[in-house]
Amino acid sequence: MLPMSSSVRRFLLTKAKTYVRTVTTSKPATSFDDDQIKQNYDIIIAGGGMVGCTLACAIGKNSLLSHLKVLLLEGSPQQKYEFKPEYSNRVVALNQNTKSLMNSLEIWQHIEKARVQPVRHMQVWDASSNALISFNSADIMDDDVAYIVENDLLLHAVNKELTSPDLKNVNIVYGAKISGYELSKHEALTRNLIKMNNGDTYSCKLLIGADGANSAVRNAMGVQYLSWNYDHMGVVATLHLAEETENTTAWQRWLPTGPVALLPLDSKRSSLVWSTTVDHAKQLLQLPEEQFVDALNDALWKQYPHSSAVEACTSWFGSCLKSIGLPDGAERQLPPSVKSIVSASRAAFPLGFGHSTRYVAPGVALVGDAAHRVHPLAGQGVNLGFGDVKDLTEFLADAIYTGLDITHHSWLERYESSRQRHNVPTQIAVDALYRLYTVDLPPVVLVRSLGTQLTNALQPIKKLIMSHATT
Amino acid sequence: MNTTLLNKTRTINTFLYKKVNMLVNLRNESSSNTKRTTIDKPNVEKFTKILQEWWDPNGPIKALHAMNLVRVPFVRDGLIQCAQNERNIKPLKDKKLLDVGCGGGILSEALSKLGAEVTGIDANKELVQLAQYHSNMNDELNLKPKYQYTTIEDHSKDFSNYYDGVVASEVIEHIKDKELFVKSCLQALKPEGRIFFTTPTRSRLCKIFGIWIAEYVMNAIPKGTHQYDMLMTPIELTFLLERNNCHVEIINGLVYNPCTNKWDLIRSQQLLFALQAVKLE
Repeated sequence: MLPMSSSVRRFLLTKAKTYVRTVTTSKPATSFDDDQIKQNYDIIIAGGGMVGCTLACAIGKNSLLSHLKVLLLEGSPQQKYEFKPEYSNRVVALNQNTKSLMNSLEIWQHIEKARVQPVRHMQVWDASSNALISFNSADIMDDDVAYIVENDLLLHAVNKELTSPDLKNVNIVYGAKISGYELSKHEALTRNLIKMNNGDTYSCKLLIGADGANSAVRNAMGVQYLSWNYDHMGVVATLHLAEETENTTAWQRWLPTGPVALLPLDSKRSSLVWSTTVDHAKQLLQLPEEQFVDALNDALWKQYPHSSAVEACTSWFGSCLKSIGLPDGAERQLPPSVKSIVSASRAAFPLGFGHSTRYVAPGVALVGDAAHRVHPLAGQGVNLGFGDVKDLTEFLADAIYTGLDITHHSWLERYESSRQRHNVPTQIAVDALYRLYTVDLPPVVLVRSLGTQLTNALQPIKKLIMSHATT
Repeated sequence: MNTTLLNKTRTINTFLYKKVNMLVNLRNESSSNTKRTTIDKPNVEKFTKILQEWWDPNGPIKALHAMNLVRVPFVRDGLIQCAQNERNIKPLKDKKLLDVGCGGGILSEALSKLGAEVTGIDANKELVQLAQYHSNMNDELNLKPKYQYTTIEDHSKDFSNYYDGVVASEVIEHIKDKELFVKSCLQALKPEGRIFFTTPTRSRLCKIFGIWIAEYVMNAIPKGTHQYDMLMTPIELTFLLERNNCHVEIINGLVYNPCTNKWDLIRSQQLLFALQAVKLE
C-alpha cells in the first residue's frame, strides 16, 4: 500500500519513533537520573489518614482501576488498633453518602461489627433567644441522619479492607518522610517525582494529595489557598450522662462564644465538641474534672440573658406560625445532663477555614482537608472528603472506560468542578452560620431567630438542607 | 464553528501531506541503499514534526482530539451498556468497527484502545499513510487499527454484513451522493448493528457561525471549503436512514467551545448533531 520498500519504511518508523520519544518525554532539565528512582507507580497517594486510605481502597477495588499500581505514603508508623471498652475522644459524624461509599467498599460491616451510634434526631437551639430547629429522621428521610464513629475505629476498618489479600495492587509505606515533590509541568505525559528523606525517589503519573490542611502537595502545586483561623478551639471529651436513655439525638446549643455539641455514643455516653475562644478552651482544659463537668452543664442549661424585644418578636412570630398550623418551635426537648467525663479524655484542636482555588494540576489532584477545611459545627468536614474520594474514583474509572489516561486533564478538571460545586457552597454556608451565631447584638439575634423559626416551620426547606448535608 | 476547525484541519492535512510525500519520495530515491547512515537527520526530523503536529492534542487540530471526548463515549454506549461495577478496561472487546473517513486515525485509535477491532478507510491516500505510521509507532496501542485506502462503496462489497458498528464522524457533509453513501455504510453493517454519524446541521445558526464567521470573518479556513447546501438536517438524515431499513435511536445536539476547546452534548441540534441508528433485520 505504501509507495516504498518495506525496509526503508521500517527504518523510517524506528527513526521516527526515536525522535518522537526524545521530543515527547523531554523532561525539564532536572537533576535526577533514572537509577535513583526506586519505583514507578501509576498513582501515589500522599497521606494515609481516613480519606487517603479510603481512596486507596476505592481505587484498589474498582474493576476499571485495579490494574493500576498504587502506592500509599503515610508519615506515621503503622499503628496497632486495639478495641478498648472506653470510647476514643475523636469521633466523626458520617452521613448517608459516606455510609453508602463505605458499604460499597465493604468497610461498613467492620464498623457495624465494632460499634456505631445512629443519630435520628437533631436539635439545635440558641442561648440568646428561644429559637430552635429540630430535625427528625423519620419526618425528613427514611433513614438515620448520621452515624457517630470513632476516628481510629474507622481508620482500622478501612485498613482491614486495604490490607486484605484480595487487594493486590496497593502498596503501603509507613513512616514515609517526604522531603519534596517535583511535579511535571506538562499535561500530556505527566511524571511526578516524590523524594524521600532517606534518599529514595518514587515516580508516578498521578499524585494525589490527601495530606491534610497543611498539605505539602498543595504547596508544591503553587495554587492559591484561601484560609483563616477562627481564633477558636474545639474542646473534645468523652462524657458519661446522668441518665440512661435511647440517646440517638445530637444536641447543639449556640452560646455567644460558639456552639457546644453532644454526639451520642451509646445509651450512657456522648462525645463532646465544644467550640470556644482560645483562652476559654485553655482554661477548660486546666479545670479539675468536676469543675469542667459543672462548666459544661452550665453551657447546656444556663439561662442566658435574652433581649426583651427579641423575645417579644419571636413569641409573636411563633404564635403566627401556630395560627396557620405550622410548628412554632416551642416543643423543645431537654438536653441530657452530664455526670462525669472519662478521665484524661479532654483535648483541644484549632479551628479554621481553608479553600484551595484549584483541586487539580497536570497529574496532581487534592482530596479531603488538603483541598478544603471547614468548622466542625455541621459535621461536614470528613464527609466532604469522602465525597471527593467517591467522585475522584468515578472520574478516574470513567477516563479509563473512555480509553484515556488517568491523568487526562479534562477528566481531572471535571472532578474539580464537580467537587467545588458541592464543597464551596457547603463551606460558605457553614462559615456564614458560624459568623451569624457568634454575634450577640440584638438585631442580629432577632434576624437569626426568626430565620431559624421559619426554617424549622417549613418542612421542604429542612428537607433541602438535609439532602445537601447528606450527599 | 467546529466545522471551521475541521476544514482548517483538512487544509493543514493537505499541506502536511505534500511534505510527507516529498519525504517519502526522497526515501524512494535512496531505497536501494537501506543503511542507517544514508538517511539525513533533518528530513527525518521534519517528518517527525509533521506527525507530532497531527497528533499533538494541543496542536492545530486540537478540536478533533477534543471531539473524541464526546464521540468515543457516544459510540461506546451505543454499542454496549454496562453497569458501573461490571465495567472493564476493554468494553468494546470483540466488536468489529468501521471508521469511514478515518483521516489520520484519531478516532480509530481511540476506539481501538477500548478493545474494538477497528478498520479505518479513507479516500485520501496520504491520510491513510499517516494513520498507519502513527498506529505503528504507538506502543500503547496493543490492538492496532487496520487502515485501507478505499471508498465505502468498494469496501462494503467485500465486507457485507460484517461490522458491529459503523462510524461516519464529520464525513457525510462532504459527500455528494448521500443515498449511496448511507446505503454502502449499511451494507457493511450486520443486522442489529449500530451506525453513528456526527455532522454539522444545515441551519441558519450553523451558516452564520460555521461558515460566514469562520470562513469570511475569522479566515480560519479557506473561503468556500464548506458548502451550505451539502449539509444535512437531523430530520433529513433520519428519513434517509429509516427509508433504508434503519431505526434512529438517539439524536443529540453537539456544540464546540473554541475558547475552552471543549465539546458538549446539548439538546439543541442547531449547530451539529450526533445520531445513532440500528439496522433492522
